[in-house]
Amino acid sequence: MALNIKQGSTSHSAYDLRDPNAQIEERHTLAVLVENEPGVLARVIGLFSGRGYNIDSLTVAETDHEGHRSRITIVTRGTPSVIVQIKAQLGRIVPVHEVHDLTTEGPSVERELGLFKVSGTGDHRVEALRIAEIFRANVVDSTLKSFVFEITGTPEKLDAFAELMRPLGLSDQARTGVAALARGA
Amino acid sequence: MSRKMTGARMIVEALRDQGVDTVFGYPGGAVLPIYDELFQQNDIQHILVRHEQGAVHMAEGYARSTGKPGVVLVTSGPGATNAVTGMTDALLDSIPLVVLSGQVPTFLVGTDGFQEADTVGITRPCTKHNWLVKDTSKLSATIHQAFNVATSGRPGPVLVDIPKDVQFAEAEYVGPKQVDTTNYQPRRKGDPDAITRLVELMEQAERPIFYTGGGVINSGAGASQLLREIVDATGFPVTSTLMGLGAYPASGRNWLGMLGMHGMYEANLAMHGCDLMIAVGARFDDRITGRVADFSPDSIKAQIDIDPSSINKIVHVELPIQGDVGHVLEDMLKIWKSRGRKTNSEAVRKWWSQIEQWREVKCLAYTNSDTIIKPQHALERLEALTKGRDRYIATEVGQHQMWAAQFLHFEDPNRWMTSGGLGTMGYGLPASVGVQVAHPDALVINVAGDASWLMNMQEMGTAVQFRAPVKQFILNNERLGMVRQWQQLLHGERYSQSWSDSLPDFVKLAEAFGCKGRQVSDPAELDDAIQEMIDYDGPFILDVLVEKHENCFPMIPSGKPHNEMLLSPEAEAFTGGGALV
Repeated sequence: MALNIKQGSTSHSAYDLRDPNAQIEERHTLAVLVENEPGVLARVIGLFSGRGYNIDSLTVAETDHEGHRSRITIVTRGTPSVIVQIKAQLGRIVPVHEVHDLTTEGPSVERELGLFKVSGTGDHRVEALRIAEIFRANVVDSTLKSFVFEITGTPEKLDAFAELMRPLGLSDQARTGVAALARGA
Repeated sequence: MSRKMTGARMIVEALRDQGVDTVFGYPGGAVLPIYDELFQQNDIQHILVRHEQGAVHMAEGYARSTGKPGVVLVTSGPGATNAVTGMTDALLDSIPLVVLSGQVPTFLVGTDGFQEADTVGITRPCTKHNWLVKDTSKLSATIHQAFNVATSGRPGPVLVDIPKDVQFAEAEYVGPKQVDTTNYQPRRKGDPDAITRLVELMEQAERPIFYTGGGVINSGAGASQLLREIVDATGFPVTSTLMGLGAYPASGRNWLGMLGMHGMYEANLAMHGCDLMIAVGARFDDRITGRVADFSPDSIKAQIDIDPSSINKIVHVELPIQGDVGHVLEDMLKIWKSRGRKTNSEAVRKWWSQIEQWREVKCLAYTNSDTIIKPQHALERLEALTKGRDRYIATEVGQHQMWAAQFLHFEDPNRWMTSGGLGTMGYGLPASVGVQVAHPDALVINVAGDASWLMNMQEMGTAVQFRAPVKQFILNNERLGMVRQWQQLLHGERYSQSWSDSLPDFVKLAEAFGCKGRQVSDPAELDDAIQEMIDYDGPFILDVLVEKHENCFPMIPSGKPHNEMLLSPEAEAFTGGGALV
């Protein structure tokens, strides 16, 4: 039963029809809802390091103070069978309540926030400001020799912004990692 | 009635409410308040070990032989770190344990205080879950939750780390019924559609096999009973992993023996050649599969497991069924019966005649001797002389362990205590003490090798102190036998560090511990020596001097498939090598 179905195109099926034995690495965004208790992040990270899984990015914050819940968003990479295994292993951690694969469960939005410091004078400085405008980045700090831009978008957009700023004097950057939610109600 | 009490009293109260009758432990500074409470009560007996690793293995033996969680109490720092090997062992073999550790007072945590270790940090990857309790008001609920987690779903070890000031402070005690455990309730029932699909496959299968594991034993006595019923009713062959021995009786007519690296020829070839593999509470460990790419190439595989992460981890399974083995087997039997108890009996008969041919190879054949005791012979005599008795066997790790699995026969679950996943040398002696404590009148034998046995031999003191009449059956080849075997077969006979020099005199050692010992080297005296060991009223060390260079066969070298087994020269005579389907 060799069904040739593209990555992530399973949202209209009751079953995951991708070949679990495929050897192609996929990028998946997982939302892990956990009990906000001490050590829970260490458990999740320890699982990834202990079993040799990749983490491309990871964000975590409390999302429900009353219910003691935190949301961990992990962007990971692996073959389909490894992704299935990662989800099963995450589900096994006692304080993990839910694991959602936003890449396969349906359309989702992903955003990342980045702060980029660009140092320079003259034409470079003007050009940096012009590109920032195109990317709809905000200036959150300014001196005569530098700007700090704040920009929100997909990781690809932030990559592209950083790439353009590099020759214009990009001297420092901080990125939050991906936060993601499923679309729709 | 107010139930305000100190944390230390709360711990004892919670253990009592959980039905705990025995704690294995060792006192120290950070658990003195708890020991003070234990001193003032009589419901819970405390077994004082000689080393914390011994305590954990004893608790494993207790748990494995009773089905109840084993309880361990250790102090902070070295007490907790010494328990790490045992907890890892229990994690890999899914043994329910509740380990309570003392910790330095909360105001000293993080200051490198005396006997401080980051116990929850160190034990996070070797427990199913762990807790650091910083507030006495949460202590009793946490302990009840710990018992729930250890025993629910796939069982495993948990640890509760309790700072000393939390033990001294007072708070309200909460009973087990008042604790909300709804946040951890693994699924037990299997998907009925998937079970029906499996039954359909069973009805059509020409070469079916049941491949059972420790999950059947963990699921409880009812699961073993259901397995027997379904195997006997369908007439399908059944094999088991090391951890699952006893779930189906060795005397049962469908029994193929253990499979895997040192498993039976017929069991491994049947796994290789089957067209339907029904994995029941077994996890496709690398000692089972050999080379994964060539593992059972022509079969449809179904897997029943309570832990979804065990499914499709190593081998791709066409029909996964997540659920408790007992529940799924019950539904499976019901559905199979309601559909008219059908099997492809003609094809299954042919399958059996193929298996019978493989059996003719007599893969356990060895050349006996009347001048030197062969280890296989020693185990055959142990089997013969203990037959019909309700007998509990523990083992250490190595050649003797594999021979015990091959030559001793298990009729019931919970009678076989061995370190399967982690392969912990030094497991057997303390495990046997734990079993004996749980079953004071039973015959408990630890089948050991000389090297493994020395790793936790201090626990003989515990056996003597608590009058646990454990029998230590040491197959002494003055070698690290399994290491030596690999070096002979795979490392050009360069025997690097694999012999036991300066071994103690085990008979004098027995006397030094205050129990009895005997050495036997003449095959003619073996029976008498074994009988003396069995009959002796107390702990006994039998030092059986065996052939030093015997190899354990069959053997699938790592990275080879099931049909590339090495056979003993005696078995090889029956065949021209690994005959294939």
